Amino acid sequence: MAAYNPSRRIHMQYLLMLYAEEAGWNRLTKAEQEQGVAAYKAYTEALSKAGVLKGSNRLQPSSAATTVRVANGKPQVLDGPYVESKEQIGGYYLIDVADLDAAISWAARCPGASHGVVEVRPSWSMPT
Amino acid sequence: MSLPEGDAQARKTADAVARRSYGKLVAFLAARTRDVAAAEDALSEAFATALADWPAKGCPANPEGWLLTVARRKVIDMHRGRRRHEIAAEQLRVLAEGLDAAAADAGIPDQRLALMFACAHPAIEAGVRAPLILQVVLGLDAKRIASAFLTSPEAMGKRLVRAKDKIRQAGIPFSIPEREELPGRLDTVLDAIYAAFAEGWIDAAGTDMARRDLAEEAIFVCRLVTELLPTEPEALGLLALMLHAEARRHARRNLRGEYVPLAEQDPALWDSQMIVEAEALLRRASDLGSIGRYQLEGALQSAHVYRCRTGHANWPEVVQLYDALLTLSGSPVVAINRALAIAEMHGASAALDTLQEVAADMRLAEYQPYWAARAELLAKTGAHREARQAYEIAIGLERDPSVRGFLQQRQSALD
Repeated sequence: MAAYNPSRRIHMQYLLMLYAEEAGWNRLTKAEQEQGVAAYKAYTEALSKAGVLKGSNRLQPSSAATTVRVANGKPQVLDGPYVESKEQIGGYYLIDVADLDAAISWAARCPGASHGVVEVRPSWSMPT
Repeated sequence: MSLPEGDAQARKTADAVARRSYGKLVAFLAARTRDVAAAEDALSEAFATALADWPAKGCPANPEGWLLTVARRKVIDMHRGRRRHEIAAEQLRVLAEGLDAAAADAGIPDQRLALMFACAHPAIEAGVRAPLILQVVLGLDAKRIASAFLTSPEAMGKRLVRAKDKIRQAGIPFSIPEREELPGRLDTVLDAIYAAFAEGWIDAAGTDMARRDLAEEAIFVCRLVTELLPTEPEALGLLALMLHAEARRHARRNLRGEYVPLAEQDPALWDSQMIVEAEALLRRASDLGSIGRYQLEGALQSAHVYRCRTGHANWPEVVQLYDALLTLSGSPVVAINRALAIAEMHGASAALDTLQEVAADMRLAEYQPYWAARAELLAKTGAHREARQAYEIAIGLERDPSVRGFLQQRQSALD
Protein backbone atom coordinates (compact mmCIF):
# COMPACT_ATOMS: atom_id res chain seq x y z
CA MET A 1 0.00 0.00 0.00
CA ALA A 2 1.34 3.41 -0.95
CA ALA A 3 2.17 5.76 1.89
CA TYR A 4 -0.22 8.60 2.45
CA ASN A 5 1.25 11.65 0.84
CA PRO A 6 -0.86 14.75 1.30
CA SER A 7 1.37 16.87 -0.91
CA ARG A 8 0.57 14.77 -3.93
CA ARG A 9 -1.64 16.82 -6.19
CA ILE A 10 -3.58 16.24 -9.34
CA HIS A 11 -2.48 18.66 -12.00
CA MET A 12 -4.83 20.78 -14.05
CA GLN A 13 -4.54 22.76 -17.24
CA TYR A 14 -5.54 26.40 -17.38
CA LEU A 15 -5.85 28.73 -20.33
CA LEU A 16 -4.66 32.24 -19.53
CA MET A 17 -6.43 34.57 -21.93
CA LEU A 18 -4.84 37.98 -22.28
CA TYR A 19 -7.29 40.79 -22.91
CA ALA A 20 -6.10 44.31 -23.63
CA GLU A 21 -7.14 47.49 -25.36
CA GLU A 22 -5.96 46.94 -28.92
CA ALA A 23 -5.21 50.58 -29.69
CA GLY A 24 -2.89 50.75 -26.69
CA TRP A 25 -0.02 48.96 -28.39
CA ASN A 26 0.24 51.49 -31.24
CA ARG A 27 0.30 54.37 -28.79
CA LEU A 28 3.54 53.07 -27.31
CA THR A 29 6.91 54.41 -28.44
CA LYS A 30 9.25 52.07 -30.24
CA ALA A 31 11.37 51.70 -27.13
CA GLU A 32 8.30 50.89 -25.02
CA GLN A 33 7.18 48.29 -27.54
CA GLU A 34 10.60 46.65 -27.46
CA GLN A 35 10.48 46.64 -23.68
CA GLY A 36 7.02 45.05 -23.82
CA VAL A 37 8.16 42.31 -26.18
CA ALA A 38 11.15 41.62 -23.93
CA ALA A 39 8.89 41.32 -20.88
CA TYR A 40 6.70 38.74 -22.63
CA LYS A 41 9.78 36.86 -23.78
CA ALA A 42 11.09 36.68 -20.22
CA TYR A 43 7.70 35.59 -18.92
CA THR A 44 7.40 32.83 -21.51
CA GLU A 45 10.91 31.73 -20.66
CA ALA A 46 10.05 31.56 -16.96
CA LEU A 47 6.95 29.45 -17.65
CA SER A 48 9.00 27.15 -19.81
CA LYS A 49 11.82 26.80 -17.26
CA ALA A 50 9.26 25.96 -14.55
CA GLY A 51 8.01 23.16 -16.76
CA VAL A 52 4.42 24.38 -16.78
CA LEU A 53 4.10 25.80 -20.32
CA LYS A 54 1.95 23.70 -22.67
CA GLY A 55 1.45 26.24 -25.42
CA SER A 56 1.22 29.92 -26.14
CA ASN A 57 0.88 32.45 -28.89
CA ARG A 58 0.27 36.06 -29.64
CA LEU A 59 -2.75 36.72 -31.82
CA GLN A 60 -3.18 39.09 -34.76
CA PRO A 61 -5.50 42.03 -34.00
CA SER A 62 -9.26 41.47 -33.94
CA SER A 63 -9.55 43.23 -37.32
CA ALA A 64 -8.06 40.00 -38.69
CA ALA A 65 -10.77 37.91 -37.02
CA THR A 66 -13.52 36.09 -38.87
CA THR A 67 -16.60 34.70 -37.14
CA VAL A 68 -18.25 31.54 -38.41
CA ARG A 69 -21.62 30.10 -37.48
CA VAL A 70 -23.61 27.34 -39.14
CA ALA A 71 -27.32 28.14 -39.38
CA ASN A 72 -29.74 25.80 -41.17
CA GLY A 73 -26.81 23.78 -42.40
CA LYS A 74 -25.19 26.78 -44.08
CA PRO A 75 -22.04 28.40 -42.76
CA GLN A 76 -22.42 32.10 -42.15
CA VAL A 77 -19.16 33.95 -42.24
CA LEU A 78 -18.79 37.39 -40.76
CA ASP A 79 -15.89 39.77 -40.75
CA GLY A 80 -14.68 40.75 -37.29
CA PRO A 81 -14.53 39.30 -33.78
CA TYR A 82 -17.48 37.62 -32.01
CA VAL A 83 -17.75 40.39 -29.43
CA GLU A 84 -17.11 43.97 -30.52
CA SER A 85 -15.31 45.58 -27.64
CA LYS A 86 -12.44 47.92 -27.01
CA GLU A 87 -10.62 45.15 -25.16
CA GLN A 88 -9.88 42.06 -27.17
CA ILE A 89 -8.02 38.81 -26.65
CA GLY A 90 -4.48 39.34 -27.87
CA GLY A 91 -2.78 36.14 -26.84
CA TYR A 92 -2.91 33.08 -24.65
CA TYR A 93 -0.86 30.72 -22.53
CA LEU A 94 -1.86 27.13 -21.79
CA ILE A 95 -0.27 26.03 -18.53
CA ASP A 96 -0.22 22.84 -16.48
CA VAL A 97 -0.15 23.49 -12.73
CA ALA A 98 -1.39 22.02 -9.44
CA ASP A 99 -4.35 24.27 -8.76
CA LEU A 100 -6.08 27.62 -9.20
CA ASP A 101 -3.72 29.40 -6.81
CA ALA A 102 -0.72 28.36 -8.90
CA ALA A 103 -2.54 29.48 -12.05
CA ILE A 104 -3.42 32.82 -10.44
CA SER A 105 0.17 33.44 -9.38
CA TRP A 106 1.36 32.83 -12.95
CA ALA A 107 -1.43 35.05 -14.31
CA ALA A 108 -0.35 37.82 -11.94
CA ARG A 109 3.23 37.67 -13.27
CA CYS A 110 2.05 37.97 -16.87
CA PRO A 111 2.86 41.41 -18.35
CA GLY A 112 -0.68 41.37 -19.80
CA ALA A 113 -2.15 41.57 -16.29
CA SER A 114 -0.54 44.99 -15.88
CA HIS A 115 -1.77 46.61 -19.09
CA GLY A 116 -4.98 44.62 -19.48
CA VAL A 117 -6.64 41.64 -17.78
CA VAL A 118 -5.88 37.95 -17.75
CA GLU A 119 -8.82 35.55 -17.61
CA VAL A 120 -7.96 32.18 -16.06
CA ARG A 121 -10.04 29.28 -17.34
CA PRO A 122 -9.59 25.66 -16.32
CA SER A 123 -9.72 23.17 -19.17
CA TRP A 124 -12.45 20.55 -19.08
CA SER A 125 -10.44 17.36 -18.96
CA MET A 126 -7.71 16.56 -16.53
CA PRO A 127 -4.38 15.64 -18.04
CA THR A 128 -3.26 12.11 -17.30
CA MET B 1 -34.37 -6.81 15.16
CA SER B 2 -32.97 -3.69 16.66
CA LEU B 3 -33.76 -2.73 20.21
CA PRO B 4 -34.97 0.83 20.85
CA GLU B 5 -32.03 1.44 23.24
CA GLY B 6 -29.64 0.32 20.51
CA ASP B 7 -31.35 2.73 18.14
CA ALA B 8 -31.03 5.60 20.54
CA GLN B 9 -27.40 4.77 21.29
CA ALA B 10 -26.55 4.52 17.58
CA ARG B 11 -28.21 7.84 16.86
CA LYS B 12 -26.43 9.46 19.78
CA THR B 13 -23.05 8.20 18.64
CA ALA B 14 -23.75 9.22 15.02
CA ASP B 15 -24.83 12.69 16.15
CA ALA B 16 -21.71 13.07 18.27
CA VAL B 17 -19.45 12.02 15.40
CA ALA B 18 -21.32 14.31 13.03
CA ARG B 19 -20.88 17.24 15.37
CA ARG B 20 -17.23 16.53 16.08
CA SER B 21 -15.94 15.17 12.80
CA TYR B 22 -18.24 16.11 9.92
CA GLY B 23 -15.96 18.79 8.49
CA LYS B 24 -12.87 16.69 9.09
CA LEU B 25 -14.34 13.82 7.08
CA VAL B 26 -15.57 16.08 4.26
CA ALA B 27 -12.20 17.82 4.10
CA PHE B 28 -10.34 14.55 3.94
CA LEU B 29 -12.63 12.94 1.36
CA ALA B 30 -12.60 16.00 -0.92
CA ALA B 31 -9.03 17.23 -0.51
CA ARG B 32 -7.64 15.48 -3.57
CA THR B 33 -10.53 15.59 -5.98
CA ARG B 34 -11.84 18.95 -4.65
CA ASP B 35 -15.29 17.43 -5.16
CA VAL B 36 -17.05 18.66 -2.02
CA ALA B 37 -20.52 17.67 -3.18
CA ALA B 38 -19.46 14.05 -3.80
CA ALA B 39 -17.79 13.91 -0.38
CA GLU B 40 -20.95 15.21 1.30
CA ASP B 41 -23.16 12.76 -0.58
CA ALA B 42 -20.91 9.85 0.32
CA LEU B 43 -20.76 10.92 3.93
CA SER B 44 -24.51 11.28 4.26
CA GLU B 45 -24.91 7.77 2.78
CA ALA B 46 -22.32 6.54 5.26
CA PHE B 47 -24.29 8.09 8.15
CA ALA B 48 -27.47 6.45 6.84
CA THR B 49 -25.67 3.08 6.69
CA ALA B 50 -24.42 3.64 10.23
CA LEU B 51 -27.93 4.27 11.54
CA ALA B 52 -29.07 1.02 9.89
CA ASP B 53 -26.07 -1.07 11.05
CA TRP B 54 -25.08 0.19 14.46
CA PRO B 55 -28.33 -0.56 16.34
CA ALA B 56 -28.11 -4.24 15.33
CA LYS B 57 -24.34 -4.79 15.42
CA GLY B 58 -23.38 -2.28 18.08
CA CYS B 59 -21.40 0.95 17.67
CA PRO B 60 -17.88 0.42 16.32
CA ALA B 61 -14.89 1.21 18.53
CA ASN B 62 -13.69 3.83 16.07
CA PRO B 63 -16.88 5.32 14.57
CA GLU B 64 -14.96 8.02 12.69
CA GLY B 65 -12.78 5.44 10.93
CA TRP B 66 -15.83 3.28 10.23
CA LEU B 67 -17.65 6.16 8.57
CA LEU B 68 -14.57 7.09 6.55
CA THR B 69 -14.18 3.53 5.26
CA VAL B 70 -17.80 3.37 4.12
CA ALA B 71 -17.79 6.91 2.68
CA ARG B 72 -14.55 6.34 0.83
CA ARG B 73 -15.98 3.29 -0.95
CA LYS B 74 -18.98 5.37 -1.96
CA VAL B 75 -16.80 8.22 -3.22
CA ILE B 76 -14.79 5.86 -5.39
CA ASP B 77 -17.97 4.22 -6.73
CA MET B 78 -19.40 7.64 -7.52
CA HIS B 79 -16.31 8.72 -9.39
CA ARG B 80 -16.22 5.48 -11.36
CA GLY B 81 -19.83 5.85 -12.41
CA ARG B 82 -21.05 9.38 -12.61
CA ARG B 83 -18.10 11.33 -13.82
CA ARG B 84 -16.03 8.87 -15.78
CA HIS B 85 -15.76 11.25 -18.70
CA GLU B 86 -14.34 13.96 -16.55
CA ILE B 87 -11.95 12.11 -14.38
CA ALA B 88 -8.77 10.44 -15.43
CA ALA B 89 -7.64 7.01 -14.32
CA GLU B 90 -4.66 8.60 -12.61
CA GLN B 91 -6.91 10.70 -10.45
CA LEU B 92 -8.92 7.69 -9.34
CA ARG B 93 -5.75 5.86 -8.46
CA VAL B 94 -4.42 8.78 -6.40
CA LEU B 95 -7.75 9.04 -4.65
CA ALA B 96 -8.09 5.36 -3.80
CA GLU B 97 -4.51 5.08 -2.63
CA GLY B 98 -4.71 8.08 -0.30
CA LEU B 99 -7.99 7.04 1.18
CA ASP B 100 -6.78 3.47 1.74
CA ALA B 101 -3.73 4.72 3.54
CA ALA B 102 -5.78 6.97 5.76
CA ALA B 103 -8.33 4.31 6.60
CA ALA B 104 -5.54 1.93 7.57
CA ASP B 105 -4.06 4.59 9.77
CA ALA B 106 -6.15 5.35 12.86
CA GLY B 107 -5.74 9.10 12.63
CA ILE B 108 -7.42 11.20 9.99
CA PRO B 109 -5.35 14.31 9.28
CA ASP B 110 -7.29 17.47 10.08
CA GLN B 111 -7.69 19.43 6.87
CA ARG B 112 -10.67 21.49 7.99
CA LEU B 113 -8.68 24.68 7.88
CA ALA B 114 -7.61 23.97 4.30
CA LEU B 115 -11.27 23.34 3.49
CA MET B 116 -12.21 26.71 5.00
CA PHE B 117 -9.56 28.44 2.91
CA ALA B 118 -11.04 26.81 -0.19
CA CYS B 119 -14.56 27.98 0.78
CA ALA B 120 -13.39 31.54 1.41
CA HIS B 121 -11.17 31.68 -1.69
CA PRO B 122 -11.30 35.01 -3.54
CA ALA B 123 -12.56 33.14 -6.61
CA ILE B 124 -15.73 32.22 -4.67
CA GLU B 125 -18.53 34.81 -4.66
CA ALA B 126 -18.12 36.79 -1.42
CA GLY B 127 -21.72 36.43 -0.24
CA VAL B 128 -21.72 32.64 -0.32
CA ARG B 129 -18.45 32.11 1.59
CA ALA B 130 -20.00 32.15 5.08
CA PRO B 131 -22.91 29.85 4.15
CA LEU B 132 -20.48 27.52 2.39
CA ILE B 133 -18.23 27.23 5.45
CA LEU B 134 -21.25 26.52 7.66
CA GLN B 135 -22.41 23.82 5.32
CA VAL B 136 -19.21 21.97 4.56
CA VAL B 137 -17.46 22.35 7.91
CA LEU B 138 -20.48 21.88 10.17
CA GLY B 139 -22.89 19.97 7.96
CA LEU B 140 -25.76 22.46 8.31
CA ASP B 141 -28.38 21.96 5.61
CA ALA B 142 -29.32 24.61 3.06
CA LYS B 143 -32.74 25.12 4.68
CA ARG B 144 -31.27 26.10 8.04
CA ILE B 145 -28.61 28.29 6.49
CA ALA B 146 -31.20 29.97 4.26
CA SER B 147 -33.44 30.86 7.20
CA ALA B 148 -30.50 32.39 9.03
CA PHE B 149 -29.43 34.45 6.01
CA LEU B 150 -33.02 35.42 5.14
CA THR B 151 -33.18 33.82 1.72
CA SER B 152 -35.20 30.98 0.29
CA PRO B 153 -33.85 27.44 0.71
CA GLU B 154 -33.99 26.97 -3.09
CA ALA B 155 -31.92 30.07 -3.79
CA MET B 156 -29.42 29.21 -1.05
CA GLY B 157 -29.21 25.60 -2.28
CA LYS B 158 -28.44 26.76 -5.82
CA ARG B 159 -25.74 29.18 -4.69
CA LEU B 160 -24.09 26.49 -2.56
CA VAL B 161 -24.14 24.01 -5.46
CA ARG B 162 -22.64 26.62 -7.78
CA ALA B 163 -19.87 27.40 -5.28
CA LYS B 164 -18.99 23.71 -4.89
CA ASP B 165 -18.93 23.31 -8.68
CA LYS B 166 -16.56 26.25 -8.85
CA ILE B 167 -14.19 24.68 -6.31
CA ARG B 168 -14.06 21.46 -8.32
CA GLN B 169 -14.01 22.88 -11.85
CA ALA B 170 -11.62 25.75 -11.23
CA GLY B 171 -9.30 23.60 -9.14
CA ILE B 172 -9.40 25.75 -6.01
CA PRO B 173 -6.78 24.23 -3.71
CA PHE B 174 -7.41 22.79 -0.25
CA SER B 175 -4.37 24.31 1.32
CA ILE B 176 -3.26 26.85 3.83
CA PRO B 177 -1.83 29.80 1.86
CA GLU B 178 1.86 30.65 1.91
CA ARG B 179 3.13 32.92 4.67
CA GLU B 180 3.08 36.13 2.62
CA GLU B 181 -0.47 35.52 1.43
CA LEU B 182 -1.82 34.17 4.69
CA PRO B 183 -2.96 37.39 6.41
CA GLY B 184 -5.11 38.53 3.50
CA ARG B 185 -6.57 35.11 2.88
CA LEU B 186 -7.20 34.55 6.58
CA ASP B 187 -9.16 37.81 6.62
CA THR B 188 -11.71 36.39 4.18
CA VAL B 189 -12.10 33.27 6.34
CA LEU B 190 -12.55 35.38 9.47
CA ASP B 191 -14.96 37.73 7.67
CA ALA B 192 -17.08 34.73 6.65
CA ILE B 193 -17.14 33.44 10.23
CA TYR B 194 -18.07 36.88 11.53
CA ALA B 195 -20.84 37.19 8.92
CA ALA B 196 -22.28 33.91 10.20
CA PHE B 197 -22.04 35.16 13.78
CA ALA B 198 -23.70 38.48 12.91
CA GLU B 199 -26.61 36.65 11.30
CA GLY B 200 -27.00 34.61 14.47
CA TRP B 201 -26.65 37.68 16.64
CA ILE B 202 -29.65 39.53 15.22
CA ASP B 203 -32.03 37.35 17.19
CA ALA B 204 -30.79 38.31 20.63
CA ALA B 205 -33.75 36.85 22.47
CA GLY B 206 -32.73 33.46 21.15
CA THR B 207 -36.26 32.52 20.16
CA ASP B 208 -35.19 31.53 16.68
CA MET B 209 -33.18 28.33 17.15
CA ALA B 210 -31.56 28.40 13.72
CA ARG B 211 -30.21 31.88 14.37
CA ARG B 212 -29.03 31.31 17.91
CA ASP B 213 -27.24 28.13 16.91
CA LEU B 214 -25.54 30.03 14.12
CA ALA B 215 -23.78 32.32 16.61
CA GLU B 216 -22.63 29.28 18.60
CA GLU B 217 -21.48 27.52 15.44
CA ALA B 218 -19.51 30.58 14.35
CA ILE B 219 -17.74 30.57 17.73
CA PHE B 220 -17.07 26.84 17.33
CA VAL B 221 -15.52 27.34 13.88
CA CYS B 222 -13.44 30.32 15.03
CA ARG B 223 -12.20 28.30 18.01
CA LEU B 224 -11.12 25.66 15.51
CA VAL B 225 -9.19 28.28 13.51
CA THR B 226 -7.40 29.49 16.66
CA GLU B 227 -6.48 25.91 17.57
CA LEU B 228 -5.07 25.24 14.11
CA LEU B 229 -3.41 28.67 13.74
CA PRO B 230 -2.60 29.54 17.38
CA THR B 231 -0.33 32.48 16.55
CA GLU B 232 -2.64 34.48 14.28
CA PRO B 233 -3.64 37.53 16.36
CA GLU B 234 -6.69 38.42 14.27
CA ALA B 235 -8.23 34.97 14.71
CA LEU B 236 -7.76 35.34 18.48
CA GLY B 237 -9.21 38.85 18.26
CA LEU B 238 -12.31 37.67 16.41
CA LEU B 239 -12.91 34.88 18.92
CA ALA B 240 -12.57 37.41 21.77
CA LEU B 241 -14.97 39.82 20.04
CA MET B 242 -17.61 37.12 19.55
CA LEU B 243 -17.25 35.77 23.10
CA HIS B 244 -17.68 39.29 24.51
CA ALA B 245 -20.85 39.79 22.47
CA GLU B 246 -22.15 36.32 23.29
CA ALA B 247 -21.51 36.87 27.01
CA ARG B 248 -24.10 39.67 27.02
CA ARG B 249 -26.78 37.79 25.08
CA HIS B 250 -29.14 37.29 28.03
CA ALA B 251 -28.78 40.88 29.20
CA ARG B 252 -29.86 42.34 25.88
CA ARG B 253 -33.54 41.65 26.54
CA ASN B 254 -35.53 42.16 29.74
CA LEU B 255 -38.10 39.68 31.04
CA ARG B 256 -40.74 41.20 28.77
CA GLY B 257 -38.49 40.57 25.77
CA GLU B 258 -37.77 44.27 25.28
CA TYR B 259 -34.44 45.53 23.96
CA VAL B 260 -32.01 46.79 26.61
CA PRO B 261 -29.16 49.03 25.40
CA LEU B 262 -25.66 48.36 26.72
CA ALA B 263 -25.64 51.30 29.17
CA GLU B 264 -28.79 50.01 30.86
CA GLN B 265 -27.81 46.34 31.05
CA ASP B 266 -27.24 44.55 34.35
CA PRO B 267 -23.61 43.32 34.30
CA ALA B 268 -24.60 40.56 36.73
CA LEU B 269 -26.45 38.91 33.84
CA TRP B 270 -23.30 38.68 31.73
CA ASP B 271 -21.50 35.37 31.36
CA SER B 272 -18.31 36.10 33.28
CA GLN B 273 -16.59 32.90 32.19
CA MET B 274 -16.85 33.96 28.54
CA ILE B 275 -15.59 37.42 29.42
CA VAL B 276 -12.56 35.98 31.23
CA GLU B 277 -11.76 33.83 28.20
CA ALA B 278 -12.19 36.79 25.83
CA GLU B 279 -9.84 38.93 27.92
CA ALA B 280 -7.19 36.20 27.93
CA LEU B 281 -7.49 35.84 24.15
CA LEU B 282 -7.01 39.59 23.68
CA ARG B 283 -3.87 39.54 25.82
CA ARG B 284 -2.52 36.60 23.83
CA ALA B 285 -3.28 38.44 20.58
CA SER B 286 -1.62 41.66 21.69
CA ASP B 287 1.54 39.76 22.73
CA LEU B 288 1.88 38.72 19.09
CA GLY B 289 2.44 42.37 18.22
CA SER B 290 0.32 42.92 15.11
CA ILE B 291 -2.86 44.94 15.49
CA GLY B 292 -5.93 44.44 13.31
CA ARG B 293 -9.62 45.13 12.96
CA TYR B 294 -10.93 42.25 15.08
CA GLN B 295 -8.46 42.85 17.90
CA LEU B 296 -9.53 46.52 18.00
CA GLU B 297 -13.20 45.58 18.02
CA GLY B 298 -12.49 43.04 20.76
CA ALA B 299 -10.62 45.70 22.74
CA LEU B 300 -13.61 48.04 22.37
CA GLN B 301 -15.91 45.38 23.78
CA SER B 302 -13.45 44.94 26.62
CA ALA B 303 -13.44 48.71 27.31
CA HIS B 304 -17.27 48.81 27.38
CA VAL B 305 -17.37 45.87 29.79
CA TYR B 306 -14.81 47.54 32.08
CA ARG B 307 -16.76 50.83 32.14
CA CYS B 308 -20.13 49.20 32.81
CA ARG B 309 -18.72 47.00 35.58
CA THR B 310 -16.66 49.66 37.37
CA GLY B 311 -18.57 52.83 36.54
CA HIS B 312 -15.22 54.35 35.61
CA ALA B 313 -15.80 56.44 32.45
CA ASN B 314 -13.15 55.49 29.89
CA TRP B 315 -14.42 57.45 26.89
CA PRO B 316 -11.04 58.88 25.79
CA GLU B 317 -9.72 55.33 25.53
CA VAL B 318 -12.84 54.26 23.62
CA VAL B 319 -12.53 57.16 21.17
CA GLN B 320 -8.86 56.31 20.66
CA LEU B 321 -9.78 52.72 19.76
CA TYR B 322 -12.46 53.95 17.35
CA ASP B 323 -9.89 56.30 15.77
CA ALA B 324 -7.55 53.37 15.15
CA LEU B 325 -10.39 51.28 13.79
CA LEU B 326 -11.52 54.09 11.52
CA THR B 327 -7.99 54.46 10.13
CA LEU B 328 -7.93 50.74 9.36
CA SER B 329 -11.40 50.28 7.93
CA GLY B 330 -12.67 53.72 6.87
CA SER B 331 -16.09 52.32 7.70
CA PRO B 332 -18.96 54.82 8.22
CA VAL B 333 -20.38 52.38 10.77
CA VAL B 334 -17.30 52.88 12.93
CA ALA B 335 -17.70 56.65 12.52
CA ILE B 336 -21.22 56.45 13.98
CA ASN B 337 -20.08 54.59 17.08
CA ARG B 338 -17.18 56.98 17.44
CA ALA B 339 -19.61 59.92 17.35
CA LEU B 340 -21.64 58.40 20.19
CA ALA B 341 -18.47 58.10 22.28
CA ILE B 342 -17.56 61.72 21.43
CA ALA B 343 -20.99 62.75 22.73
CA GLU B 344 -20.12 61.27 26.12
CA MET B 345 -16.94 63.35 26.25
CA HIS B 346 -17.75 66.62 24.51
CA GLY B 347 -21.53 66.70 24.27
CA ALA B 348 -24.14 65.98 21.63
CA SER B 349 -23.49 68.97 19.34
CA ALA B 350 -19.82 68.08 18.97
CA ALA B 351 -20.90 64.53 18.15
CA LEU B 352 -23.40 65.74 15.55
CA ASP B 353 -20.61 67.75 13.91
CA THR B 354 -18.44 64.63 13.54
CA LEU B 355 -21.44 62.66 12.28
CA GLN B 356 -21.91 65.33 9.61
CA GLU B 357 -18.60 64.25 8.08
CA VAL B 358 -19.97 60.83 7.16
CA ALA B 359 -23.57 61.87 6.44
CA ALA B 360 -22.82 62.13 2.72
CA ASP B 361 -22.06 58.39 2.54
CA MET B 362 -24.96 56.91 0.58
CA ARG B 363 -24.61 53.58 2.37
CA LEU B 364 -25.92 55.20 5.56
CA ALA B 365 -29.26 56.29 4.10
CA GLU B 366 -30.64 52.79 4.75
CA TYR B 367 -28.63 52.01 7.88
CA GLN B 368 -30.80 51.95 11.00
CA PRO B 369 -28.04 52.63 13.59
CA TYR B 370 -27.09 55.84 11.77
CA TRP B 371 -30.61 57.25 12.09
CA ALA B 372 -30.98 56.00 15.67
CA ALA B 373 -27.66 57.63 16.64
CA ARG B 374 -28.63 60.86 14.93
CA ALA B 375 -32.02 60.85 16.63
CA GLU B 376 -30.50 60.32 20.05
CA LEU B 377 -27.96 63.11 19.57
CA LEU B 378 -30.57 65.51 18.20
CA ALA B 379 -32.84 64.76 21.15
CA LYS B 380 -30.01 65.62 23.55
CA THR B 381 -29.46 68.98 21.88
CA GLY B 382 -33.18 69.72 22.20
CA ALA B 383 -33.94 69.55 18.46
CA HIS B 384 -37.02 67.41 19.14
CA ARG B 385 -38.72 67.86 15.80
CA GLU B 386 -35.68 66.70 13.84
CA ALA B 387 -35.06 63.92 16.37
CA ARG B 388 -38.60 62.65 15.87
CA GLN B 389 -38.07 62.50 12.10
CA ALA B 390 -34.78 60.63 12.48
CA TYR B 391 -36.42 58.11 14.85
CA GLU B 392 -39.18 57.65 12.29
CA ILE B 393 -36.66 56.60 9.64
CA ALA B 394 -34.78 54.36 12.09
CA ILE B 395 -38.02 52.60 13.08
CA GLY B 396 -38.93 52.09 9.43
CA LEU B 397 -35.54 50.46 8.72
CA GLU B 398 -35.44 48.07 11.70
CA ARG B 399 -36.43 44.42 11.24
CA ASP B 400 -36.21 43.27 14.87
CA PRO B 401 -39.56 43.99 16.61
CA SER B 402 -38.03 44.49 20.06
CA VAL B 403 -35.50 47.03 18.80
CA ARG B 404 -38.33 48.72 16.90
CA GLY B 405 -40.31 48.87 20.15
CA PHE B 406 -37.34 50.41 21.93
CA LEU B 407 -36.97 53.11 19.27
CA GLN B 408 -40.70 53.86 19.35
CA GLN B 409 -40.48 54.28 23.13
CA ARG B 410 -37.61 56.74 22.75
CA GLN B 411 -39.50 58.63 20.08
CA SER B 412 -42.67 59.01 22.16
CA ALA B 413 -40.60 60.10 25.18
CA LEU B 414 -39.75 63.27 23.22
CA ASP B 415 -43.19 64.80 23.75
